[in-house]
Amino acid sequence: MSTFKAKVFVTLKPSILDPQGRTVERALSHLDHGNVGGVRVGKYIELTLSGSRAEVEAQLKDITENVLSNPVMEDARWELSEELVGA
Amino acid sequence: MKTAVIQFPGSNCDGDALHAAQLLLDQDAQFVWHTEAGLPQGTELVFLPGGFSYGDHLRSGAIAARSPIMQAVKAHAERGGYVLGVCNGFQVLTESGLLPGALSRNRDLHFLCRPVHLRVENTGTAFTGAYTKGQVIEVPIAHGEGNYYADPETVARLEGEGQVVFRYVDNPNGSLNDIAGIVSERGNVLGMMPHPERAVEALLGSEDGRGLFDSLKGALVSR
Repeated sequence: MSTFKAKVFVTLKPSILDPQGRTVERALSHLDHGNVGGVRVGKYIELTLSGSRAEVEAQLKDITENVLSNPVMEDARWELSEELVGA
Repeated sequence: MKTAVIQFPGSNCDGDALHAAQLLLDQDAQFVWHTEAGLPQGTELVFLPGGFSYGDHLRSGAIAARSPIMQAVKAHAERGGYVLGVCNGFQVLTESGLLPGALSRNRDLHFLCRPVHLRVENTGTAFTGAYTKGQVIEVPIAHGEGNYYADPETVARLEGEGQVVFRYVDNPNGSLNDIAGIVSERGNVLGMMPHPERAVEALLGSEDGRGLFDSLKGALVSR
């Protein structure tokens, strides 16, 4: 049994309009960053989970796809790293 | 029509929903708290009201859709029972999978709170039988995330099956195909962003929402 730290990244699908990203992009342009484009605003979620790597990966997939993101309009990916005891 | 109005932490149209239900459908309509495992015996209509359930955390309607009472609401819908989700209630319905698609941020990011005009597109549902096809009604909206989205196949299916029941005359939020309200395939679940329960008395500025409740009463009689 180990403890894992998960980082989940949720972003709007490319086909979905992101009015928030567009607003940020416009603001940047007004601040003389006219070379900035493609701003998309997403979410970042941290979790810690305990169990075997296989269990935790299956559980994280379930959590990410069924709770943390809405597959109708969002994509999600995660990174999982084992926390070293005493580190 | 025995009506249960579900209350989540952060619901704020629950009082309006109960008032409209008591006025037009069931003088004994009652609140049901989200932690309940079951609906009151004999419930015929479940009303999911507007508001900001769980502070809209994660996504609007996401947490409420996974609360204990929703298992009972899903079972009720599977039995053919009526479910009406308004505003946040519509978001809860899409998040719980009872209706297809999703509601995202309004096109212009503004929270919109004003009366809008809706065209009644399908009068063959339990929720719209008292209207006439093509009738334009005035009902208020009050939302920041009412921009209806679904993939093209889903939208084509909704249109083909007559599941789009209300359409904005002047699209306020960027919704695909001007969609304001849809019903499930069986027609017993309706989700809509505008608030018919806020348009049931002349004092409120419009009585155009009454038709929805009158329709439900009629549907029950003809069942």
